[in-house]
Amino acid sequence: MSRTLRTAVFAVGGVGFAVLLLWGFGGLPDFGDFTGHYGLYLAHHAVPQRVATEAVGVTTFDYRGIDTLGEEFILFAAAVGVLALLRLQRGEEGASAEPARESPSTGHSETLRRTASALAAPCLVLGLYVVAHGHLTPGGGFQGGVVLMSALLLVFLAGARFRRRTKPLEAMELGEASGAAGFALIGLGGILFADAYLENFLPFGDFGQLVSGGVIPLDNLAVGVEVMGATLVVLGEFLDQRFLSGGDA
Amino acid sequence: MSFLPYAVSAWLFLVGLAGVVRSRNLIHLVICLTVIQASTYVLLLAVGYKTGATAPVYADITPGRSVTDPVVATLTLTDVVVEATVVALLLALVVRAHRRFGTLDPDELHEMRG
Amino acid sequence: MELAPLAVAVPLLAAGGLTAAGARLNRDAAQAIALPAALVVCAICVALLVRTADGLEIYWFGGWEPSHGMAIGVSFAIDTFGAGLATLVSLLVVTGLVLMWRYRETDPPHFQVLMLLFCAGMVGFCLSGDLFNMFVFFELMSIAAFALAGFKVEESEAIEGSLNFAVTNTIGSFLILTGIGLLYGRTGVLNLAQIGDSLSHGGTDGLVIAAFTLLASGFLVKAAVVPFHFWLADAYAVAPTPVCLVFAGAMSELGIYAVGRIWFDAFAPALGGHADELRTVLILAGAFTAVVGAVMCFCQDHLRRLLAFATIAYVGVFLIGLGLLSAEGVGGAALYIVADGLGKASLFATVGILQHRRRGLSELRLAGKGRGIPYTGIVVVVGALSFAALPPFGTFCGKALLEDGLIKDGYGWAIAVLLVTSAVTSGAVLRFAARVFLGWGADDPRQPSSADETHSEEEGDPDRTPAVMFIPAAMLAAGSLALGLIPGMVEAIERGAQRFAAGTDYAQAVLHGTSVSSLPGVEPYTAPLHAYLYAALTLALAVVLAIAGLFGHRLRGAPARWLARLGDRLLTPLHAVHSGHIGDYVAWLVLGVAAFGGAFAIGFQ
Repeated sequence: MSRTLRTAVFAVGGVGFAVLLLWGFGGLPDFGDFTGHYGLYLAHHAVPQRVATEAVGVTTFDYRGIDTLGEEFILFAAAVGVLALLRLQRGEEGASAEPARESPSTGHSETLRRTASALAAPCLVLGLYVVAHGHLTPGGGFQGGVVLMSALLLVFLAGARFRRRTKPLEAMELGEASGAAGFALIGLGGILFADAYLENFLPFGDFGQLVSGGVIPLDNLAVGVEVMGATLVVLGEFLDQRFLSGGDA
Repeated sequence: MSFLPYAVSAWLFLVGLAGVVRSRNLIHLVICLTVIQASTYVLLLAVGYKTGATAPVYADITPGRSVTDPVVATLTLTDVVVEATVVALLLALVVRAHRRFGTLDPDELHEMRG
Repeated sequence: MELAPLAVAVPLLAAGGLTAAGARLNRDAAQAIALPAALVVCAICVALLVRTADGLEIYWFGGWEPSHGMAIGVSFAIDTFGAGLATLVSLLVVTGLVLMWRYRETDPPHFQVLMLLFCAGMVGFCLSGDLFNMFVFFELMSIAAFALAGFKVEESEAIEGSLNFAVTNTIGSFLILTGIGLLYGRTGVLNLAQIGDSLSHGGTDGLVIAAFTLLASGFLVKAAVVPFHFWLADAYAVAPTPVCLVFAGAMSELGIYAVGRIWFDAFAPALGGHADELRTVLILAGAFTAVVGAVMCFCQDHLRRLLAFATIAYVGVFLIGLGLLSAEGVGGAALYIVADGLGKASLFATVGILQHRRRGLSELRLAGKGRGIPYTGIVVVVGALSFAALPPFGTFCGKALLEDGLIKDGYGWAIAVLLVTSAVTSGAVLRFAARVFLGWGADDPRQPSSADETHSEEEGDPDRTPAVMFIPAAMLAAGSLALGLIPGMVEAIERGAQRFAAGTDYAQAVLHGTSVSSLPGVEPYTAPLHAYLYAALTLALAVVLAIAGLFGHRLRGAPARWLARLGDRLLTPLHAVHSGHIGDYVAWLVLGVAAFGGAFAIGFQ
């Protein structure tokens, strides 16, 4: 189809679609008028039932834990998918053995290297803090995992030589797999020590303490490790592709 | 004024779709998909908002205080992770397409006719 | 015993474990972990199927039972159809993994990991009773599918096919998510039963109709109903054979199942009064899909695309069945889905064998080359007969039940659509079987398509068909045949359909833990005489079409030329529309959503 015809078809469809959306949205309660029973119930009961102060975290990992398990494995699937799609083909192996990869990818910018080295460690600590406090303050495994990934990325930017070794990639794959499997195994603990899969079976501890909320901090840790591993795997694969395409640093 | 977030969500969805249909570059196409994602985030969060309420984190507020909906926050979090991973996978395909075809223009990819 | 969560936990854990062991495993070790895991899932699904024969099986995750009639946690709400579809899915995954045994790629076990994740996503989707949970498993299934479709990255078509697949289906999931947002905004809950309960107290306004349109359209994109279907032929043409098996047999059918699920459990309480209008829209959409799919199927030279369009045609038939919204219609569609799924999977497997033995995928180029592999040819013919829905195939029983339902509700004209679809698709397969395995019609002057498979997917000698390829193909075909021979199958399906369609009963059982009331009994089923007549007619038409396809080019004279010109005039725009351009696909998708929205708006007001 020509571009004009395509745009015409879309224009007709788009108008109808817009009308449909606006008509549907018109039936929603006014912005700011939320009255859903389920949400309010969870907000009021999260604290007393699970001795954790962050209702969103409790909802994510406890009330609706199976959704989070699925979501975690979606991330896992995407990482494995990227690995599968960007794997080396025969004929590309020649291009990959390159000295170009030996040189630090950040060139010789002193400012970049110093700033990155200075920031890497605080970033790591921040990431661990966000993961560990997921059941107390906003944050948790997903958010903290991304911060942890940034910390490791800063290490790379600080000029560490990025060689196409398989070892870091393997370590990251192991990390993401253990994070993902870890969550699923904790769920099994629910069957073994309590009544149902993903049921919270550890003692709940005291309100506001780091060790409280039962299994939730462990879930956060598993997810944090998994997110860090998966995002690094994906980034690593994309960076490899850049080298294979012969781009310069 | 109370309809504005929903209107923004609808607009984002449409603009994203228009971008996908008329795109001349695969990376641009994938980014247009992220625009549509943003529309779903806005919708979910707008649905769960309560005027005068605060975040559902009880570390420093009294238990009786009105809070916004934790469920939409969970849904949006899940949504963000899911859509980010889809984008990663799509971009991997785009990278492959560029290596194979040497072009990123959808008009030039025509192996699938008929 | 906690079976339901294990159906999902086992494949997920196996996938994680396989990745953790990583490159240290060779292919045989990876298979040794993946295959038993898939078998365990299959066994669990069968157990669930047996358990749900009399009622629902409800499982609450995290131990969160409903309190005061409000669902707090996420549930798996399993009925016969959900368990049955999950069983079909896991069975096909097992078959796909068996076919993997000789697959060329070794390396880190990405393929097995993705297959296990794909299995977990589909099984979870079939069993779930919570709308957002369904979405999460739907996305898991989709992501794994995108990666699996594009797995053969060394081929340019694979990249393009996978891109088209991924972009279109992602937009489909955005539609679903917007629908979920709308429903949550209105009802404040996510559990399907509870949504149904909540909507039944409210009115039927723009929000409910828009939500239904968005959700149904999103699921119909996965099901590949016209005009959302363009991605399917592209994806099926390029995916590896073990993956195509599962795609064709189960993935598209999940979309149809989902539409039925959300209608009966969530929307029927509110919109049930307009069931007749919904019936019309769905049956028309199904009929249109079936005809377009069948016509495109017959015109294909690329064998995989031929089967892909046949899949689309049958999705149209299933939609007609679901659209009847009655026990016969839904039950007929369910039986048809299973039997046809097995038949299609076996045909994809035979195409895989042809690809391995003769290194080709183009029917015209392969003419006569199948002479040395007669047993495969027999399996292909069995597959064609399954398409033609001859007794005693399972497809015959499903079709007969569907025909009964159509007549009963006054849609008898749709029987013609069923007949034409089965005849045309069966004729296409018979034609390709005769051309490839018997060498008939080898003098056709048409140009073969560019479909060419220069490297085989499997290892091993192209002079022998490996047992791991042939046995699954033969067994799947035999399964399609055997399904019709199991006594009591039709009655069991009808009971399951009644259960599937019983909305409020379901809500009560899920939310309050009451057991489902027993439904009126089903009489023993014998196919009426006209069903046999239709089957005979279908077969006759299929043979005529196959012969026309093989030898039509030899006709001379004015009428033949006129016919050829007419065919050209009608078919060229149809082919042009299937352009392979992602922008086109999305434009049609949006138009389709708007069209469905308009139809539902008119129908439900």
